[in-house]
Amino acid sequence: MLYRENGQFKTTYSADQQLMPIAQDRWLMIALVASSFLAVPLLASDYALRALIIPFLILTIAAIGLNILVGYCGQISLGSAGFMGVGAYVAFNLTLRVPQLDFLVVLLLSGGSAALIGIGFGIPSLRIKGLYLAVATLAAQFFLDWVFARIRWFTADSSSGSVSTNPIEMLGWTVERPVDKYLLVLGVVCLLTLAAKNLTRSYIGRAWMATRDMDVAAEVIGVRPLTAKLSAFAVSSFYAGVAGALWGFVYLGSWEPAAFGVSMSLNVLFMIIIGGLGSMVGSFFGAAFLVVLPLLLNQIPGMVGIDLSTAMKSHMESMIFGGLIVLFLAIEPHGLARLWAIGKEKLRIWPFPH
Amino acid sequence: MNTTMPNWSDWIAAAACAAALTAIAAAEDAAAAKEQFIPLLVYRTGPYAPNGTPWADGKQDYLKLINARDGGVNGVKLTYEECETEYKTDRGVECYERLKGKGPTGAALFDPQSTGITFALTERAPVDKIPLITVGYGRSESQDGDVFMWNFPLLGTYWTAADVLMQHIAKKEGGFDKLKGKKIALVFHDSPFGKEPIPMLEEGARLHGFELIKIPVTPPGVEQKSVWLQVRQQRPDYVLLWGWGVMNSTALKEAQATAFPRDHMLGVWWSGAEPDVKDVGEGAKGYSALTIQYGAGVSNVQKDILKYVYDKGQGTGPREEVGTVLYNRGLLIQMLSVEAVRRAQEHFGKGKPMTGEQVRWGLENLALDQKRLDALGFGEMLKPVHTSCSDHVGASYARIQTWDGSHWVPGDLYEANQQIITPMAHSAADAYATSKKITPRTPQDCRG
Repeated sequence: MLYRENGQFKTTYSADQQLMPIAQDRWLMIALVASSFLAVPLLASDYALRALIIPFLILTIAAIGLNILVGYCGQISLGSAGFMGVGAYVAFNLTLRVPQLDFLVVLLLSGGSAALIGIGFGIPSLRIKGLYLAVATLAAQFFLDWVFARIRWFTADSSSGSVSTNPIEMLGWTVERPVDKYLLVLGVVCLLTLAAKNLTRSYIGRAWMATRDMDVAAEVIGVRPLTAKLSAFAVSSFYAGVAGALWGFVYLGSWEPAAFGVSMSLNVLFMIIIGGLGSMVGSFFGAAFLVVLPLLLNQIPGMVGIDLSTAMKSHMESMIFGGLIVLFLAIEPHGLARLWAIGKEKLRIWPFPH
Repeated sequence: MNTTMPNWSDWIAAAACAAALTAIAAAEDAAAAKEQFIPLLVYRTGPYAPNGTPWADGKQDYLKLINARDGGVNGVKLTYEECETEYKTDRGVECYERLKGKGPTGAALFDPQSTGITFALTERAPVDKIPLITVGYGRSESQDGDVFMWNFPLLGTYWTAADVLMQHIAKKEGGFDKLKGKKIALVFHDSPFGKEPIPMLEEGARLHGFELIKIPVTPPGVEQKSVWLQVRQQRPDYVLLWGWGVMNSTALKEAQATAFPRDHMLGVWWSGAEPDVKDVGEGAKGYSALTIQYGAGVSNVQKDILKYVYDKGQGTGPREEVGTVLYNRGLLIQMLSVEAVRRAQEHFGKGKPMTGEQVRWGLENLALDQKRLDALGFGEMLKPVHTSCSDHVGASYARIQTWDGSHWVPGDLYEANQQIITPMAHSAADAYATSKKITPRTPQDCRG
């Protein structure tokens, strides 16, 4: 009833091809972005911003990046945390050694360096596929872990291997309060999501999807596997690098090499599998699921007044969280994004399903 | 694979998330005004749980004791809430954010129970004005209170521990000059915790002419075959064990398997508790480790805890845990926290809850002499502690204890050589101050 596009006629091609052809979607989207920028900073507490929303948004960037590689281009990667680490350590070294650089430039350069490293580790994808490629990218993860833990130049000779950052200066704006940090991250998320969405609708995105669906056929119709695969690695690593720099500078503020370990890579991979491969909104769902849900599960007993021991709460969190992963994947193996799409289909014919 | 393009409006999902987030963010109302909130960051699950649990129990039991026996601190009741960090830095940061604003005056101070979490919180504490107390762990250079205003590595840092271990080896060998040409291997947890002692040991190697072999162990350290193969190849005279959690018992089992003499293995104070050696039993006989002044045992304060807390059925852990090494250390840490609150009350007003800033003053002006310690029931456990603006440690003693197959037997007490440690801490703190653009406090800034 509410969500029906009857009467919305498209008279031009560009109107038909726009990002959101349905008017209700457009309005909702505008309302959402506006409320994220205006209402959330006013309403959310420091805790919500610093401990929930900021990590959720940053990992969304990493998930979108990995989704481009795995969901759109069909190349499995277990090295995303390694590329996040590249971004974080490049940003750290740039701010330390070239302090006059603006953080915007630092962010772009850290994404750029991660993209270069990503292309390097993407070269094996030209010869190997599937699980074999997963193993090759896992090697990238371990190699990068080793580099940041053992080569002391990257951590500025810190004796403990831990590095810490100074407040961010960007275009004359000192990003120090939680609200500032939130707005910075939100801005980056919006820009990068828009860019990713449009990339996937362009020639290059179609080449990725053709490669994913059948690489031989893609080659026959004129897609160059070299450019398609390596560009996917580059874009994906760029996103990971930006996410890593933000994770280090905005969320953690001080980190040790273990922050970008293999468990982080797996987490990002779980995000896109649970959220939905080849879907932008899936990346958001997946990141929210993995970042916010465990913390909610941990705090719900306290909120409703059930007195559980700390250990019990933690065990319950793991058990329920694990159960929910299995449940959601059993209901819909294509992830939360698919459930969302089905829900919308149903809504279109509600309340009179045929 | 699903090739349909998801609609752009799917963005709505993100909105739903953001909305949900704001809802749960509603802060709980501050309770009655005469309460002092003490947050408890703990880990009772995961690979570090066997060691984290007694520590957490000790911390909580001491608060229960103060409330039950004394009715709080000058009538101010101590409230607390635990948050599980699993020894993970990101969860620790989340717990800190969750608890820092609770209670009428916010969190009094944080004991993060992890060096990694301490590093992350060191950046946040000055902003939120909440002190960090890191007894026997954390950043070693943070003993310099002129730069690290909010960090309190009371009773010793990893540099203290490394120095005392070198003193002990020198004593066993018959003097520092006998260390020349010896090989000492450091088997360490590959994290900030394990890497902290390295600068001190390198300094020792330079001064005394021994060779330092550094062998990292990937956390959590359940797999150490290659580590002990290296130990076998290098044949060090001594192995220093810098482990935590399951890493310790695994190392001792591997040492037994590779027949490395256990009496030439020395552990830091986080590698010398019952969970580390109990499963190895006889195999760990002869192994020595440090302890922060007092190891296992039941002194006056534990007797009070048994009487006022456990006899009333209020104990946090099992009764037999009272008096174990890490339980006692939890008590010690919490006593220092509570005394800091008490000291702050003496200055800012008795019977009032203190803010983090006021508790910081209390920590910086701790004056626990023997008489006071006796009154608190800690007379046998601790030497007097006096802190000041530039000295955030207060007392740098450590005792060697040796496992006899069923018990920890206390041995010699050493005092760390501040002649070496203080200048090193000072120069490291200066470097930190430069990179953070902090102006170190001068003696004038401290008055008041």
